[in-house]
Amino acid sequence: FQASRAASLLPQLLLRRRPAPAGAFALLARPASSASGGLPPLTTEIHPGIKRGAFSQLTDADLSAFEAIVGGDHVIKDADEVLSYNIDWLRICRGQGQLVLRPKTTEEVSAIVRHCNKRRLAVVPQGGNTGLVGGSVPLFDEIVISTSRMNSLLSIDPVSGVLVAEAGCVLEQLDREAASQGLMMPLDLGAKGSCQIGGNLATNAGGLRLLRYGSLRGTTLGLEAVLPTGQVLDCLTTLRKDNTGYDIKQLLIGSEGTLGIITKAAILCPARPKSVQLAFLGLDSFQAVLDTYRLARRSLGEILSAFEFIDSESMRAVKQNLGLSCPLGEHSFYVLAETSGSNETHDREKLDGFIESVMSMDGCATDGTVAQDAGQFAHLWSLRERIVESLLVDGYEYKYDVSLPLADIYRLVEHMRTRLDGRVIRTAGYGHLGDGNLHLNFTTPKFDAKVLELIEPHVFDWVRDRRGSVSAEHGLGLKKSQYIRHSKADFAVRVMAEVKRLLDPNGIMNPYKVLPDE
Amino acid sequence: KYIHIINKADMAASKGLKILVGCKRVIDYAVKVRVKPDRSGVVTEGVKHSMNPFDEIAVEEAVRMKEKKLAGEAVAISVGPPQSQETLRTALAMGIDRAIHVEIPLAQLEKLQPIHVSKLLAKVCESEKPDLVILGKQAIDDDCNQTGQMLAALLDWPQATFASKIEPSQDSKQLRVTREVDGGLETIDVSVPAVVTSDLRLNEPRYATLPNIMKAKKKPLAKMSPDQLGVDLQPRQEVISVEDPPVRKAGAKVESVEDLVGKLREKGLVK
Repeated sequence: FQASRAASLLPQLLLRRRPAPAGAFALLARPASSASGGLPPLTTEIHPGIKRGAFSQLTDADLSAFEAIVGGDHVIKDADEVLSYNIDWLRICRGQGQLVLRPKTTEEVSAIVRHCNKRRLAVVPQGGNTGLVGGSVPLFDEIVISTSRMNSLLSIDPVSGVLVAEAGCVLEQLDREAASQGLMMPLDLGAKGSCQIGGNLATNAGGLRLLRYGSLRGTTLGLEAVLPTGQVLDCLTTLRKDNTGYDIKQLLIGSEGTLGIITKAAILCPARPKSVQLAFLGLDSFQAVLDTYRLARRSLGEILSAFEFIDSESMRAVKQNLGLSCPLGEHSFYVLAETSGSNETHDREKLDGFIESVMSMDGCATDGTVAQDAGQFAHLWSLRERIVESLLVDGYEYKYDVSLPLADIYRLVEHMRTRLDGRVIRTAGYGHLGDGNLHLNFTTPKFDAKVLELIEPHVFDWVRDRRGSVSAEHGLGLKKSQYIRHSKADFAVRVMAEVKRLLDPNGIMNPYKVLPDE
Repeated sequence: KYIHIINKADMAASKGLKILVGCKRVIDYAVKVRVKPDRSGVVTEGVKHSMNPFDEIAVEEAVRMKEKKLAGEAVAISVGPPQSQETLRTALAMGIDRAIHVEIPLAQLEKLQPIHVSKLLAKVCESEKPDLVILGKQAIDDDCNQTGQMLAALLDWPQATFASKIEPSQDSKQLRVTREVDGGLETIDVSVPAVVTSDLRLNEPRYATLPNIMKAKKKPLAKMSPDQLGVDLQPRQEVISVEDPPVRKAGAKVESVEDLVGKLREKGLVK
């Protein structure tokens, strides 16, 4: 599928037009970060108000216990090695964890967590460490439990489409395996080359194709997790329908590692489409973007698989910072409309109809293209998928991910752009228009507390006032936990706290994240 | 310089060259090709196909020559199954004026060889009378690199293969083609009509724009059959089997020259 659309399969001779490998996310040299000679500032410096919880300190006895569980090779104490587990992908957080454990089996995870619970040692579950809200790295000296070694694909059933895998499997690899059976993973995101399915579930990751295949809450049929007490919760059913009791796995999906460590997942994979088409349009007003979306739903309806928008500032970042080329001229907005279906002839006809309508619509797209081969397809998608990466080149990135009524989406961008005029390198707006999800990013050369003050809580208040979500898909992590009440009623938050207390009486599982301090 | 300018004007005044561009429909280069279990060929059913990348470059060159007024008309031709029409539509959407589809019945498709294609193209050249035929240097499915050369021989036309640049010659009466060869670059002048095959660095193909995609649907696409052209498609070769390349065996590192010699002796490679 598209996840493997270009990457390692291109022969040398087509080097000149090779799009970025889908796994480039993790492989690229990251830009020098803000303050201390390349390293991000300590998270505790940015958030001095957070106090370390009443957890125990690591002792030699603990180290021996861990060595007995996973073996000396998989207990990482070396400061240089541990450092990389303490820094998030965006390089806005740096924790002070001293220890990383890399278990291979659910039993090992269970033994580790049981020990930590008994000893009151705080832990942070970590998958691909591609989270964007500082939820996957320690704050103080929490022990990192990495799922990277739990990377076996357990089974794929080509008839039912159910895929069962360990939590440490990388999304892109799972998609390749699914492809060999004529299936595809139901989600796709820019981090696919590095993110792990356990983390995807823990964050209820959305991505580019939620529009078509729905969220992980629907496509996850079962999971296995280790609860904060060390007990193994086996809900790993592969059944499409099972209404027997409370659906506890839904508590864990989206819990961002605060209610347990997911160790296995059963995912319902859709059939891989035989025909995927991509239209890339240049538009000159946001109203035109909305009108095009309406048209797309009407003319492409059942085959529409993605509808993304990019503003001119984001396109400028991708061109300037990554040197990518855009085949269209300068426009205020760009739209990617993708279709996935079972019959190429039918889908092309539908796409032709859509394009004809788009071109005859007032003030609508006259500049655009349809990808003619896999290379063009991958290149056009890279213009959207690599925006985050391109913004990082500016220096420091302030990331916001909100859900808003469609008409308000770009109003927020324009409002913030005016508010921050002259204080930031750029204000970029883009995102999953079909899901009502805006990604709003600002960049400065180095972290600037004054800029952060201008942004927060103002941007969240603006969203709250329009009954939007302060975090559409990235989650709350560390960075947004204090704003949970902007989108959830106080009582709801208190019920969440009760659930947390029930499952994690000692509060050791990924503390300081998701739920606010009190 | 004065003479040069007059000749250029001549060339422009004379409606420009008529170009025939060959396009082949092949399995998309990004697809992982799989061998059929019966080893008779590769799996093509349900697999994404698109225009041979070197042919895209050929199409792009023809369109650019039109834009530079060196060419007056550009015609695309494809020899293949019914779906080759889509490949031709892509060419039309890039700026080609009209297209010709020589439709090959499925039974004969797998056995089609460059010798047949070059004969078909030669026949079409007899009626279309192009000044220049541009083909991709090779197709990425068979890597034959034969059709351009065979066509030139059949027509008894000059050929300039592996072109990385095509421009009018000094006296504007010929074409000056820069060729990529093992030793570097070779520049030759060829008189028209001629056959040129495109290499990677000739140009970077454009994206088909929406207005052109729409226009392409109305451009003429003529159909022909091998019978009409009087070409016999009897295969000259028989494919016995198609297999995966052998799995690469792991190599071994040796610690010293003595070890190396010892291993070579073991394998009977030295006495």
